[in-house]
Amino acid sequence: MDSLSHLADGFSVALTFQNLGLALLGCFLGTIIGALPGLGPSNGVAILIPLVFSLGLPATPALILLTSVYYGAMYGGRISSILLNIPGDEPALMTTLDGYPMARKGQAGEALALSGLASFFGAFFATWGLVFLAPQLVKVALLFGTAEYFALFVLAFATLGGLTSRNQAKSAFAAALGLAIAMVGVDGQTGVPRFTFGEVHLYDGIDFLVAIVGLFALSEVFIFLEHRGDDQAGGKVKLGRIIPPMEMINKVWGTMSRSTVLGFIAGVLPGAGASLGSFIAYSIEKKLSDKNGTFGTGDPRGVAAPEAGNNAAAGGALVPMLALGVPGSGTTAVLLAMLLALNITPGPLLFQNNPDVVWGLIAALFIANFMLLALNIPMVSIFVRILTIPTNYLMPAVAMISFVGIYGISGSTFDLMVMIAFGVLGWILRKLDVPLVPIILGVLLGDQMEKNLRRTMTISDGDLWALVASPLSIGLWTLAVVGFILPILVGRYFRPKIADRPEMEGADPD
Amino acid sequence: MSGKSDRLLGIAGILLAALMVWRATLIQESFIQDPLGPKAFPIVIAIVIAIASAYIIFRPDEEPLWPPFGRIAEIGLAVVAMVLYAQFLPIAGFVVATAFASTYLTWRLGTPPIRAVVAGIVTSVGIYAVFHLILGLSLARGPWGF
Repeated sequence: MDSLSHLADGFSVALTFQNLGLALLGCFLGTIIGALPGLGPSNGVAILIPLVFSLGLPATPALILLTSVYYGAMYGGRISSILLNIPGDEPALMTTLDGYPMARKGQAGEALALSGLASFFGAFFATWGLVFLAPQLVKVALLFGTAEYFALFVLAFATLGGLTSRNQAKSAFAAALGLAIAMVGVDGQTGVPRFTFGEVHLYDGIDFLVAIVGLFALSEVFIFLEHRGDDQAGGKVKLGRIIPPMEMINKVWGTMSRSTVLGFIAGVLPGAGASLGSFIAYSIEKKLSDKNGTFGTGDPRGVAAPEAGNNAAAGGALVPMLALGVPGSGTTAVLLAMLLALNITPGPLLFQNNPDVVWGLIAALFIANFMLLALNIPMVSIFVRILTIPTNYLMPAVAMISFVGIYGISGSTFDLMVMIAFGVLGWILRKLDVPLVPIILGVLLGDQMEKNLRRTMTISDGDLWALVASPLSIGLWTLAVVGFILPILVGRYFRPKIADRPEMEGADPD
Repeated sequence: MSGKSDRLLGIAGILLAALMVWRATLIQESFIQDPLGPKAFPIVIAIVIAIASAYIIFRPDEEPLWPPFGRIAEIGLAVVAMVLYAQFLPIAGFVVATAFASTYLTWRLGTPPIRAVVAGIVTSVGIYAVFHLILGLSLARGPWGF
C-alpha cells in the first residue's frame, strides 16, 4: 500500500521531540479553547494563525500545532455541553441533549469519559479514512484543468450554505461579498489596481487573516458585550466517577461505529461540516436504538453518537480540503487560511511535491488523537476548573490577543482598523443571520477562482463554452446547481430544531 | 413592519453592487491584456450580490432580536475604545495601551472598577510576558520600550 509507506514517512517527520511537544501544546490549548463557551475551533484557530505566523515557525511544525488545536477544540466542546448545558461550540450542540441530563443524574464524569472515548473513536477511524480516501481524490483532481477548477469553486460556494441552510439567498450574498472583498487590490494578471479608492494600504488587497480574526474573534467580543449578564451558567455539578463501567462502554460500540461512518461521510461531502455530522449521527441513532424512549434523559448512547459523529466529520472534512484545496466547512476554511498563510497551497500538487507536509500532518493527527485521549480522560478535572474563568476576564484577553496577532504580522495600524471594521460587520451580519463562513471562503478563494476563470478564457480565446466543455466540468456544474437548490426543498427536514433557537445566533460556525 | 432589518440589508447590498459596477467600469485597462480583462469577474460578482439582495428585500426573514439602545451604544463605545487603542498603540507602547483597553473592556463586561483595573494590568503584563519575553514576538514599542 502506497498510502501506508507515505504514512510511515509522515511519522518519521512528526515523531521529533519538537513536533511532539508542539502537538501536546496544541492539544492542550485546543481542548481549553473548545471548552470555553464563545471560543470554538474556528475562532480559536483564527486567533492563533497570525501568532504562529509571526513566530516564524516552519510550515510542518506550525501545521502540527494548529491542527492539534483544531482536533483538541473538537474534543473540548463537549465539556461545557455536558457540565453546563452550554455547547462550547456548535458541533457540541447535540451533546447537550443527553450529556447534561447525565450530569444531572450525577454521572458527569462518566459522560465526559464516554464522550472522550467516542471522540477518540470517531477521530481515529476518520483519520484512517483520510489516509485512504484523500489519495484517491487526488487522482481525480489531477485530471482537473482550469475550467474544472472554476466549476469546483462554484460548487464549493453553492453547497457551502449546506443542507442546514436557512436562507440560500443569504448564503449566496455572503459568498459574493467575500469574493468582492478578495477583488480589492492590484489585479494579479494585468497589474492594475481595483477598488482601492486611491488608498495605498489597499494595493496589497485585504489580508485574509485580518478579515478572519475580525469576523470570527472580535464579533464574538461584541456578542458578549451585547448579552452581558444575561445568561447565568447552570449550577455546579459533581463530577462523580470518571471511569465509566465496562458495561456502559460495551453498550456503545455499535453506536460509535455507526456514528463514525455517518459523520465521516457528512464531513467529506461539500457543504456539511462537523455540526451536520453530529446532528445526523444523533438523529439516526435515536431512530435505531431509542426503543424505551430514554434518549434525551441521559442515555449514554445519546452522548456517544454525536461526539463520534462530529469528530469523524472533522476528519472527513480534511479530505476535500487537503486533496482539492476546497474546504467544505467553517473550520476547514480557517485551516485553509492557515495553509495559505504558511505559503502552502493545498490540492493534488501538494501531495506530489510536498508529501512530507501532508503525511507529516496526517501522522500528527494520529499522535494528537492519542494525546487527546490521554489528556481528556484522566485530566478532565483540570479542564473543568478552567471553565470557571468568568467571561468578563476572558473576553478582553481574547480581544487583546487578536490585536497582538494582527499587529505582529504587519505592524500596521491600518490593518487593526480594518480588523475592527470586520468585527462590527461580523456582529451585524450575525444578527441578520447571514453566515460568515462563505465570506471567509470568498476572501480566501476569490483570487484563485478568478485566475482559473481568466486562464480558461485565455486558453479558449474568450469562448465561454470552454467552461462546460468536458464531462467532468458539466458534472461539477450540475452538482453545484443541485447542491444549491436541494436545501431549499429539503432543508427543513435536516435542520436540528434546537439550532433555530435565538440564543444560537452567536454560535461558532462548525 | 416585520423584516425591516433584512430589507435594509438588501438595500445596502444593491447599493454595494451598484458601487462595484461603477468602480469596475472605471478600472484603468493596462497594456497587458487577457480576453476577459480585470472588469468582468467583479461585475459578475456584483450581479450575484444584486440578485441575492433583491431576493432578501422581497422575502425578508423575521426581524432579529436587536438589543436595546443602551447595549448598541455599549458596542459603539467598545468600537471607539478599540479604535483609540489601535491609534495609541504605536505611541504609548504595548503594555500601557493594552492595560487601558483591557481595563475598559473588563469593566464594561460587568467587573467592578477597581478589580477591572487590576485585571487589565494583569492581562496586559501577562500577554507581554508570554508573547514578547517568552515567545519573542515583536510588540509595539512605546517611548519606554515596552
